[in-house]
Amino acid sequence: MKIMAVCGHGLGSSFMMEMNIKKALKTLGKEAEVSHQDLASVTANEADLFVMGADIANSSGLPADKVVVVKNIVSVKEFEEKLAEYFNQ
Amino acid sequence: MDSILFFILDILKVPSVLVGLIALVGLVAQKKAFPDIIKGTVKTILGFLVLGGGATVLLSSLTPLGSMFEHAFNVQGIIPNNEAIVSMALEKYGTATALIMAFGMVANIIVARFTRLKFIFLTGHHTFYMACMIGVILTVAGFEGVQLVFVGALTLGLIMAFFPAIAHFYMKKITGSNDVGFGHFGTIGYVLSGAIGQAVGKGSPSTEEMDLPKNLSFLRDSSISISLTMMIIYFVLAIASGNEYVSTHFSNGQHYLVYATIQAITFAAGVYVILQGVRLILAEIVPAFTGFSEKLVPDAKPALDCPIVFPYAPNAVLVGFLSSFMGGIIGLVLLGQLNWVLILPGVVPHFFCGATAGVFGNATGGRRGAILGAFAHGLLITFLPVFLLPVLGSLGFANTTFSDTDFGGVGIVLGNMAQFMSKDMIMIVIVAIFLLLVGYNYLAKKPVKTEE
Repeated sequence: MKIMAVCGHGLGSSFMMEMNIKKALKTLGKEAEVSHQDLASVTANEADLFVMGADIANSSGLPADKVVVVKNIVSVKEFEEKLAEYFNQ
Repeated sequence: MDSILFFILDILKVPSVLVGLIALVGLVAQKKAFPDIIKGTVKTILGFLVLGGGATVLLSSLTPLGSMFEHAFNVQGIIPNNEAIVSMALEKYGTATALIMAFGMVANIIVARFTRLKFIFLTGHHTFYMACMIGVILTVAGFEGVQLVFVGALTLGLIMAFFPAIAHFYMKKITGSNDVGFGHFGTIGYVLSGAIGQAVGKGSPSTEEMDLPKNLSFLRDSSISISLTMMIIYFVLAIASGNEYVSTHFSNGQHYLVYATIQAITFAAGVYVILQGVRLILAEIVPAFTGFSEKLVPDAKPALDCPIVFPYAPNAVLVGFLSSFMGGIIGLVLLGQLNWVLILPGVVPHFFCGATAGVFGNATGGRRGAILGAFAHGLLITFLPVFLLPVLGSLGFANTTFSDTDFGGVGIVLGNMAQFMSKDMIMIVIVAIFLLLVGYNYLAKKPVKTEE
């Protein structure tokens, strides 16, 4: 599966999210390809799951069931919880 | 023997190969698998070359803009944009940039390890841009070779730890915790905004109690906001220069407003391509840097990019946008009155940094703090670039410059040091600052730990 971290500029924050998602996946024992992108380029077919901050989630235009919204973009713990929730669906 | 030396020197002179080598060293040190090492190295070199391609696209739209501005208003007009100026500077200062960035990150780890500025600056693209600016200014000042890299890297390392440190007081207020630092080179503006909030915001309710239209958040999408703002700028200039001037000089007979629209979006396209390049360059280098710093300075705090604070105050983000932009426009009018170089509102800094300034202002001074703080930030990023231009040497004549406050602040200080001091004196000053910080760490009394 493929996970995409998204932020407005596609440079710093989404990159940081990518690294934290990778850490969280390791703890969860899951495998996924993770990368990061800016809001303008992102399209729904590019990944199976999109992760973004609460501030931009409304303007992404992505299908809601493919989006995980986080409040603290550097909290590995929050990524773990949210991703575990997603995998257990 | 000579030819081998020549070969090695030639490799080091090509910035793209040099960054590739830096990534290679990082990947090998992390003990990555062989295919990953090859992939990462090639991607990094590719990133640098993509960046150059983006520069060509961006320049093609920026050059006519400059001429139109001069024709219409008879003064020079400049749009501050980090991506634009860096992509131009790299052609000439690429090697210095790559070396200063690599050793600057090492210096950041050393500074965090041995002084009390315990921050690791993780916003890679800003490290890259700052390395570029320092490289330009020191080269213009006559630095070269080992001394250039040494002074540049140590300066960068100090800056990378210093700015998060001065932002940290406000950062603790915003996030309500002591875990993350703030790492973005607009810090002077944010601290100013926070301080203004403190001064004027007594009793003002938080922006988060306001009801704001949510549908403006699409402007956070940087490619869209750049396109729209550039369209406004291009339209104003095309109309002011007139159809005749535009269609005879630039558009080859194409209708001038069609031309303006396409050029505006071409500018955004250039930035877009450059960002892809930067993304490729950083993809291998930042994780390596993070890995080393976590091992070598475990008690340091990571300093992260602007959007880290956005979710804490989404309304302040919007208020900050608008307020900073207003500051930029009023600043532009003031510059016009003074007959100075005109600084047009830079898109990315007003949107991203203005938003951040809003969050800082709100944290200390509520609504009033957010509005006035971000407004002051908008004025600041209009005036700082004016004083930065002269120290950038021939790059000062390009139609763009560095945008965020810290580039202005650092550039003006460093540029003036270069003017009034000899190279060796500058080196002594920078080393002395570092040694003082180290000395303070070991000799001064440790504060009693109350937090954590």
